[in-house]
Amino acid sequence: MTNEELKLFLSEKFPSLIIEEGNEWLTYYTEANEWKLLANELCSNISLQFNFLFCLTCIDWKTHLTMVYHLTSTTFKHTVVIKSKLNKENPEIETVCNIWRTAEFHEREVYDLFGVKFLNHPDLRRLLLTDDWKGHPLLKDYEDPINMIKL
Amino acid sequence: MNENETITQSEIFPGVVHPTAGGGILVSSIDDVVNWARSNSLWPLVFGTSCCAIEMMSTASAKYDWSRFGFEVARATPRQADVIIIAGTIVNKMAPVLKRLYDQMADPKWVIAMGACATSGGPFFYNTYSVVKGADHVIPVDVYIAGCPPRPEALLHALITLQQKIKSGLTREQIRSGV
Amino acid sequence: MYRTTDILTNTPNTSLGEAGYMVINVGPQHPATHGVLHLVITLSGETIINVEPHLGYIHRSIEKMCESLTYRQFIYTTSRMDYLSSHINNHCCALSVEKGLQIEIPDRAKYIRIILDELTRLASHQLWWGAMAMDIGAITPFFYAFREREMINDIMEETCGARLTMNYMVPGGVMYDLHPNFQKKVKEFIAFFKSKINEYDEILTGNIIFQNRMKGVGIISKEDAISYGCTGPTARGSGVSCDVRKLYPYEIYSSIEFDEIINNGCDSFARYEVRMQEMKQSLKIIEQLIDNIPEGDFQAKTKTVLKLPKGEFYTRVETARGEFGVYIVSEGGTTPYRIKFRSPGFSNLSALNHMAKGNKIGDLVAIMGSIDLVIPDIDR
Repeated sequence: MTNEELKLFLSEKFPSLIIEEGNEWLTYYTEANEWKLLANELCSNISLQFNFLFCLTCIDWKTHLTMVYHLTSTTFKHTVVIKSKLNKENPEIETVCNIWRTAEFHEREVYDLFGVKFLNHPDLRRLLLTDDWKGHPLLKDYEDPINMIKL
Repeated sequence: MNENETITQSEIFPGVVHPTAGGGILVSSIDDVVNWARSNSLWPLVFGTSCCAIEMMSTASAKYDWSRFGFEVARATPRQADVIIIAGTIVNKMAPVLKRLYDQMADPKWVIAMGACATSGGPFFYNTYSVVKGADHVIPVDVYIAGCPPRPEALLHALITLQQKIKSGLTREQIRSGV
Repeated sequence: MYRTTDILTNTPNTSLGEAGYMVINVGPQHPATHGVLHLVITLSGETIINVEPHLGYIHRSIEKMCESLTYRQFIYTTSRMDYLSSHINNHCCALSVEKGLQIEIPDRAKYIRIILDELTRLASHQLWWGAMAMDIGAITPFFYAFREREMINDIMEETCGARLTMNYMVPGGVMYDLHPNFQKKVKEFIAFFKSKINEYDEILTGNIIFQNRMKGVGIISKEDAISYGCTGPTARGSGVSCDVRKLYPYEIYSSIEFDEIINNGCDSFARYEVRMQEMKQSLKIIEQLIDNIPEGDFQAKTKTVLKLPKGEFYTRVETARGEFGVYIVSEGGTTPYRIKFRSPGFSNLSALNHMAKGNKIGDLVAIMGSIDLVIPDIDR
């Protein structure tokens, strides 16, 4: 499907999605509590079939966090980017491990480095840092005067 | 020219031959003979964390062969190894593992820090929260090699330097036992 | 000195600590793990019940470090991530900056970049072949593979100045022009290597012991490979068509003739066959390009200080292990606001548990060899 057809399809199915302009792929903002429904629909719908999640990450904007999911379809070859805003004090979002198995490791990494809690994740532990590490390093306000030598 | 002479001088067996009837008698000191034997048969431990490990593997293979110097048998277990070549970056999570490996090696043991990362943190010195800035924060190092990654010839030069250090000086256990 | 996570009395978060199951550690220091990978394996006799990778033993916080490096400086960090395809990683970073600034690079630079990419892919597959054979028990192919790899390293050293981590790609083209001997040496290498590939097949592929150790081991179906996010030869061995050079062509790949190798075997031997055929395809690509390098500039004129406009950019290339992606979020300054490197090994490793369940512990080494893991690429 081309970008225009995708836009029509998704805006009539999910009217609460907000489009962000100016990127090379179709980008949508969704609410954190509607993410699971949207993800299920994107993966299982016959005419969409977004079965390949190739990038799952998080960006710290100092006032809030944004989760970014890049999805593509191996059958129809279209791509869509879904973003979701989370608040800084208590960032929580539903997991998508049972839809795309690659999310298990990616979500553990985001929890480790940003502190985002994924609800119903089978095994949410730190992945890359030691188990007794304090803090989440990739946040912009992370201070570590012992280890980090600033240029 | 003088340096070349010293190198060949210490490669022959240390000792003085007294010609007697029916052959000769070789007189030497035990420490010299032991140091000569130790330096010519150092067995390295297989320990490579990142890119420098590939240059270490190149040194082990046919073009820059290190087994002509005695390093042929690369052991996977620290109990049977003499020298540990730290090839790669040491991070906070790996430092206790490195210390435990060093403790498990039997005396006499030596350490070579290969590459910029093991020497001082290397290209990952500034603005990183998880890199140990130099392997000598964890274990004592005998020889440092510069480079990112160092050429195989640089690693061979470091191994020869270590051999000379062993032949000419005291090992750590000899110093500790008050020789 | 012992950390509590090292002494395992039962596997965490599962109920497998029952009698009859044994939990052992493989690594982090181990000759067969290709880096520092710590696997916690639950065994029942010799059959694997569960494999759990523990990562982070080479996590060098590259993404945080890149937030304080300029757009010309961050390229050297990707050389050290997947050091066996260092040119291809640098190529991806240079492409992402060029996409943001919309720079058009000269044709000569495009040809040089693709030839060096394919030489790097050959060198990486050669080392994979030698290291995998050594893990399975055949020591001789290791020396054969390094003999050929040294020829490629010599070519790289003459032109780029370094053997392993060469920062030759810059935003705008390549750093210096080719050495005058480059074409002659590459042609000699191609002629030499064509006969050696047949030697590789004679030594290892037809060996009955090798085939018995690889066939039927480490099976992953096509749907599972897509769901686990596998790319590269790991997915192409299960029938997934995912070569970035064919699906999203960059530089001049759309005008070069080569085949995408797909094998429907789904086991380790299929992945092995895919990589051997890819070596032949790389030779074919280099042959088409080496005589036709156009004259001209090797670097486009760029400003001294590069500032990407506000926005986000995603660029992808095909490394020897799979799809490598660079996702830059820029706020208009001289340093990126957030960089995420989508590394192929991270997703390929998450499929290891699925592939190894039910096999014996000796098969685990064959499976890890066929996925071709490079751990600094996973930990970043």
